[in-house]
Amino acid sequence: MDTAIVVLPLLGAILAGLFGRWLGDKGSQAVTCVPMLISLALSIVVFIDVALHGNSRTTELFTWFASGDFEMSWAVKVDTLTAVMLIVVTGVSSMVHIYSIGYMHHDPSVPRFMAYLSLFTFCMLMLVTADNFMQMFFGWEGVGLCSYLLIGFWYDRPTANAAAIKAFIVNRVGDFGFALGIMGVFYLFGTVDFETVFQAAPGQAGATLHFLGADFDALTTLCLLLFVGAMGKSAQLGLHTWLPDAMEGPTPVSALIHAATMVTAGVFMVCRLSPMFEYAPTALDVVAFVGASTAIFAATVGLVQNDIKRVIAYSTCSQLGYMFFAAGVSAYGAAMFHLFTHAFFKALLFLGAGSVIHAMSGEQDMRKMGGIWRLIVVTYVLMWIGSLALAGIGIPGVFGFAGFYSKDMMVEAAWAAHSPIGQYAFWLGIIAAFMTAFYSWRVLFMTFHGEPRADHDTMHHVHESPWVMLAPLVVLAVGATFGGIAFYDLFVGEAMHGFWRESILVLEGHNTIEAAHHSPLWVKLAPLVMGIGGIGLAWVFYMLRPDLPRLLAERLRAIYLFFLNKWYFDELYDTIFVRPLLALGYNLWKSGDGAVIDGVGPDGVAAATRNLARRAGRLQTGYVYHYAFAMLIGVVAIVTWYLFAGAE
Amino acid sequence: MPSDFPILSVVTFLPIAGALFILIIRGDGDPAIVARNARGVALLASTITFLLSLELWFGFDKTTADFQFVEQAEWIPTFGISYHMGVDGISVLFVLLSTLLTPICVLASWEAIQTRVKEYMIAFLVLETLMVGTFCALDFIGFYMFFEGVLIPMFLIIGVWGGARRVYSAFKFFLYTLLGSVLMLLAILAIYFQLGTTDIPTALEHGFPPEMQTWLWLAFFASFAVKVPMWPVHTWLPDAHVEAPTAGSVILAGVLLKMGAYGFIRFSVPMLPDATVMFTPLIYTLSIVAVIYTSLVALAQQDMKKLIAYSSVAHMGFVTVGIFTLNQQGIEGALFQMLSHGIVSGALFLVVGVVYDRIHSREIARYGGLVHRMPLYSAAFMLFMLASVGLPGTSGFVGEFLVMVGAFQANNWVALLICTGIILSAAYMLWLYRRVIFGKLEKADLMGILDLNRREILVFAPLVVLVLWMGIYPKPFLEFMSPTVERLIARHQAAIADTPPSGLSSLVGESWQAIETRLR
Repeated sequence: MDTAIVVLPLLGAILAGLFGRWLGDKGSQAVTCVPMLISLALSIVVFIDVALHGNSRTTELFTWFASGDFEMSWAVKVDTLTAVMLIVVTGVSSMVHIYSIGYMHHDPSVPRFMAYLSLFTFCMLMLVTADNFMQMFFGWEGVGLCSYLLIGFWYDRPTANAAAIKAFIVNRVGDFGFALGIMGVFYLFGTVDFETVFQAAPGQAGATLHFLGADFDALTTLCLLLFVGAMGKSAQLGLHTWLPDAMEGPTPVSALIHAATMVTAGVFMVCRLSPMFEYAPTALDVVAFVGASTAIFAATVGLVQNDIKRVIAYSTCSQLGYMFFAAGVSAYGAAMFHLFTHAFFKALLFLGAGSVIHAMSGEQDMRKMGGIWRLIVVTYVLMWIGSLALAGIGIPGVFGFAGFYSKDMMVEAAWAAHSPIGQYAFWLGIIAAFMTAFYSWRVLFMTFHGEPRADHDTMHHVHESPWVMLAPLVVLAVGATFGGIAFYDLFVGEAMHGFWRESILVLEGHNTIEAAHHSPLWVKLAPLVMGIGGIGLAWVFYMLRPDLPRLLAERLRAIYLFFLNKWYFDELYDTIFVRPLLALGYNLWKSGDGAVIDGVGPDGVAAATRNLARRAGRLQTGYVYHYAFAMLIGVVAIVTWYLFAGAE
Repeated sequence: MPSDFPILSVVTFLPIAGALFILIIRGDGDPAIVARNARGVALLASTITFLLSLELWFGFDKTTADFQFVEQAEWIPTFGISYHMGVDGISVLFVLLSTLLTPICVLASWEAIQTRVKEYMIAFLVLETLMVGTFCALDFIGFYMFFEGVLIPMFLIIGVWGGARRVYSAFKFFLYTLLGSVLMLLAILAIYFQLGTTDIPTALEHGFPPEMQTWLWLAFFASFAVKVPMWPVHTWLPDAHVEAPTAGSVILAGVLLKMGAYGFIRFSVPMLPDATVMFTPLIYTLSIVAVIYTSLVALAQQDMKKLIAYSSVAHMGFVTVGIFTLNQQGIEGALFQMLSHGIVSGALFLVVGVVYDRIHSREIARYGGLVHRMPLYSAAFMLFMLASVGLPGTSGFVGEFLVMVGAFQANNWVALLICTGIILSAAYMLWLYRRVIFGKLEKADLMGILDLNRREILVFAPLVVLVLWMGIYPKPFLEFMSPTVERLIARHQAAIADTPPSGLSSLVGESWQAIETRLR
């Protein structure tokens, strides 16, 4: 059954991919959606069995690598951590599959799209069910490939192609670290099997690794290398540049890959490797630092973007930062909790945005929207639910939307860590919460309220999406509303230890979730207050005094431009990496290969030989007296030599 | 099959028999009939050869490191020269690679070659004999003849059926490789005078004195480094590839490049252990430069074939690193990477050949938006591109990753530096793919371009299957190698345990220590 969950989407992908031409659009949708829904149903069964009843297990399929000790199998490992991911992946994926039936129905390449979606789901499931580093890496690069294919799905658009390549290459930079980490793990532990490595990890605490000419703490080095991979995949500060550009892909893709599942793989990885990270406190600090920095960085950029999808993309980046700093203070349960709730409300927001874009005839710029809420009420309500969940709004002790529980828990855990890095994360998290609420309502107000700014034609066409698109949104909205309160106890509350069991390791004294329950009231209330404050400010800016944003942007022009241009990361990378490398390549080719190697080597030798031959040729003048003269000189030379030599 | 059936000799010389058949084709003076018959005979001969060679796949004993299917006969007994053939875990799969690629090449040349078809097919069959012979020969004289003989048909294939600058390229290729080989001949003579025989297994058992090892190693290195090709003697390769006809490029990248690396692993490493240890830093350095340098150069290319040629140099850099890590993952990774590269780069040249046959241009800018007209082609190209990039699940990943795992154990600087290759390869391959396949279809003459026909599908199908099979279930392939590689490493370690490391490595080590103490 476990294997079926993973393989069914692959089956769908193969059928739609190879036989899409004969199956047609309808057929391709059927052969991908049905296996996906079966996979979801099975996942729920497995979740109950594994996570609630504690029957974790591993099914080995067949050997993959076998080279000396470097040996591993394809396997399906299911423990609580995996079971949670199975629900997230198959749940969101099936909703996105169904939504795509409506969203993509105008597109000429429906079979290809459905095949890619299913292939992606397969790779993601391989990633989360891995029982060794290599299979995880397979899934890791596999989802990267599907992301590349789906971002560049509309291959006629140069921007989509560029974004697709950028996503793949930036991810490869991350994978470079991941790969080195795996090599290091094999070098240190002699295996890449999770179980064996985790059991041996405590024994390696404090051991040193001779890496690049110096001795470093072994586990810290490995964890940091692996974390580079997580940074790439989860778009953390420095390797985040691909994520906003990835919005070139169709909106269902953004919801599935670039919000709910693939980008959370990094968080999953850190949680999965908690038995290693726990023994590498320095690495954990780095994780927390990077996470908190990303949370605030992405939030500042999100404040000023005008493309509705880009705002949500930066919001994703920022929320991933939250998850990382939670993991960085050992609150893995809280990180996974937010991953879980975030998948629902962020997918909801993206698909809702898709519904808006669908209604607006493909327009994505919020400056050309406004005043449409009456026309698409269902979408409007659903977007509100998503935003409430994202901003973490609720009434303490009574009810809250999903994000209310998970975000509060992460922020409290950061506070409860009582470390400098925890404080850093806590305060940045609080400020970012304010910004999150602000930009979420900025989206709501700019999109749905105020005067219509679109042209008459577009406004005339505004229509509610069909039910095949709205139904998945409703399902996700249920998750975004009740996902928090329903699973609070299991993920981070009383039942936590019986839930996670062996799948997450938290050392004695690191248990920040436990400590977070005893944090003071103001810490518990801070995120909520900031959230409500952010909403209030957005209301003032975009409803009460719509002239204020422009005024502020002019007054604080430098900061505004800095945020608008995403802190100039793209320009920086272009200047220090892309252009110099291209120029270097060209010069190495022309000067290195052309002038030096060929010039000195074959062409040089050939030229020298030809030269010599020409000179030799010039001697042969054809005049008898020249030859006679030469012979005479020769005779004289030989006789002279003979005489002198004979005299001695 | 009976156990005394001379399978290796049959596989080696059957193509020549086919070539003789082609030679006597008359066709009553009608060139079209001659050409058709020549194609048919060549395809038949090479296919039968391939089917026979499958005996090596099924009949090979994967538990032993010894030479198998051995044949030995006296040839010139006064000089200790014999006709000696045999394969072990290192060479057996390369025989299969050669016999697989030849019928594919014949099929790929079906329509592309219209002039002197008879001679072309003869050249290919002779080439196959020489390739297979190179991997089977267990006598230095036989090996040298096969190894060098390969140059002649290849020189003709480039020089006669090649592109505009074919003569320059053919000569460059020939002179470059011949120059290296002359030194190898000297080394073989030296071995003969030392041993009184040219038998390879005997030479592998013999412990050469360390000083002699140094010279022998360098002489072999001169020949093999050009063949691999290693930086900086790689400049013949892009020119040769660009001018060669498609099938020529396939064989060149698929099999001929493997001969250099095969030489290292067959001779340099087991026969000259001390010199191998001494020169390992040199190999590492050249390989790292190859990986980074040629990847960057590949980024700047405007010619499809040149780009793939440069990427070959980078991929072969992984192979040479792997061989000299001298641990199991490294060497097995190197062998696997050689096989995988043989298939993937061969396939990529075929991919270029498909559009070259239709448009007659290799210039990247000439294309764009092919996916609109050629979905099947785009899918095949995508798969081979991803294999070249080393995506997990394709054959390219297995070899590359094993090499890096091996390198990390030997020297993690090396692992780190060649690992940058996985980023750069993604950059140049994806960019190539985007420029050729994606985008709008705007060029007028591309509007009517046709997708793969049946013959072309037949050409690509086995390669697609192999790329995925080797990527998802590489175990059967690795099993061939394991015992031989294990013994190779065990013997190497025993050999260097006898003599302390000398020369370059200790020199470098000492000076490094001196610098370190200074710095402190």
